[in-house]
Amino acid sequence: MPARLLKPFQPQPWRDRRIEIILGNALRAGVLLSAAVVLCGACVYLSRHAHEPTDYRVFRGEPSEYRTIPGVIRSVMNGRGRGLIQLGLLLLIATPIARVVLSIVGFAIERDRMYVAFTLIVLAVLLYSLLGSGIGL
Amino acid sequence: MTILEFTAIVAIVSFVAGLLGSLTGLGGGVVLVPLLTTFFHVDIRYAIGASLVSVIATSSGAAASYVREGFSNIRIGMFLEIATTFGALLGAFLATRIPTSALAIIFGAVLLYSAFVSRKPRPPAQRSLPPDPLATRLRLNGKFPDEEGQRAYNVQRVPTGFSLMFGAGALSGLLGIGSGAVKVLAMDQAMQIPFKVSTTTSNFMIGVTAAASAGIYLSRGYVDPGLAMPVMLGVLGGSLLGSRILVKAETQSLRLVFSVVILVLGLQMLYKGIWGNI
Repeated sequence: MPARLLKPFQPQPWRDRRIEIILGNALRAGVLLSAAVVLCGACVYLSRHAHEPTDYRVFRGEPSEYRTIPGVIRSVMNGRGRGLIQLGLLLLIATPIARVVLSIVGFAIERDRMYVAFTLIVLAVLLYSLLGSGIGL
Repeated sequence: MTILEFTAIVAIVSFVAGLLGSLTGLGGGVVLVPLLTTFFHVDIRYAIGASLVSVIATSSGAAASYVREGFSNIRIGMFLEIATTFGALLGAFLATRIPTSALAIIFGAVLLYSAFVSRKPRPPAQRSLPPDPLATRLRLNGKFPDEEGQRAYNVQRVPTGFSLMFGAGALSGLLGIGSGAVKVLAMDQAMQIPFKVSTTTSNFMIGVTAAASAGIYLSRGYVDPGLAMPVMLGVLGGSLLGSRILVKAETQSLRLVFSVVILVLGLQMLYKGIWGNI
């Protein structure tokens, strides 16, 4: 085994920083992509429904086509503007999750087992909340 | 009101909220839910769903510019995210089970507390605290750029901070906000993390925390595309502009104005919650 692996853990700020910059840029790209998709959806939605009245006073809950991933994809296929908006919002929710996955890679490169484990716990909670909520159905 | 008018006005209000929230560092999400419920007569559940989505957008959008300054500490962030994501799950679970009047009362109390925290003078940063054994074992201590070069800091009271962050996550999941005020309590006061490190690190964490409850909100039908669209685009645009024109001299009076707005909205939410007209 090479000698450097036997040394105690030393945080390496320049590496941390490089990982952080990659993460920060990935997050910004994800947000801008999802904002672009939401904007496209908004154009379709507004071009069709601009003059209809709004009513958000009473909570009805969204129909299933806007509540689940297959439903959203189906409504995008049908050319629905609101489906496209929901797709953008799903991409937005996926952005921080992607950041967590990239962090696991970053900590693994640093051979920081403790933080790989911590990040896996966070990822498990995020996936549990997404899959357990029935969004994938 | 037609859909076009509603979308335009909500987008403008969200833009201003995002701009003020970013300039003052108090976050835009916290004023959106009361504004939407009070002036636009939106059901509080739709308002919370839209606000939660905008919180992810501002946090992730600002991350790149914060990271470049070199203040955030990814180990502190990731460790505390264990607490905030579990809290957010609990919050989202409770949100679908408690009456809307109770939601309004809790929201009002959080707003009043946020206004109080934003006016309280910040205690001078403690220097050269001895390292805490637990924080050392968890590798939380770090350095950040200062006037005199790199300044090291030692994180204190990890269990207290961790528990408070669980509470911050629960409030975020329950109310669809970033809960910056509780984070100040946990990171600045309990853990003695320097101000710049704690703000940038908590910004990093807010998106992950909100993502932990956003899936639940979306699948329960709380996220309406027609409402979330102007809120998300408006807040994102406002906060991106705010992070560019950050003028240090002006923020004192802006903070005062914004905290008065938060105070008034908090009282209004309490009133509506207690008298049941929500």
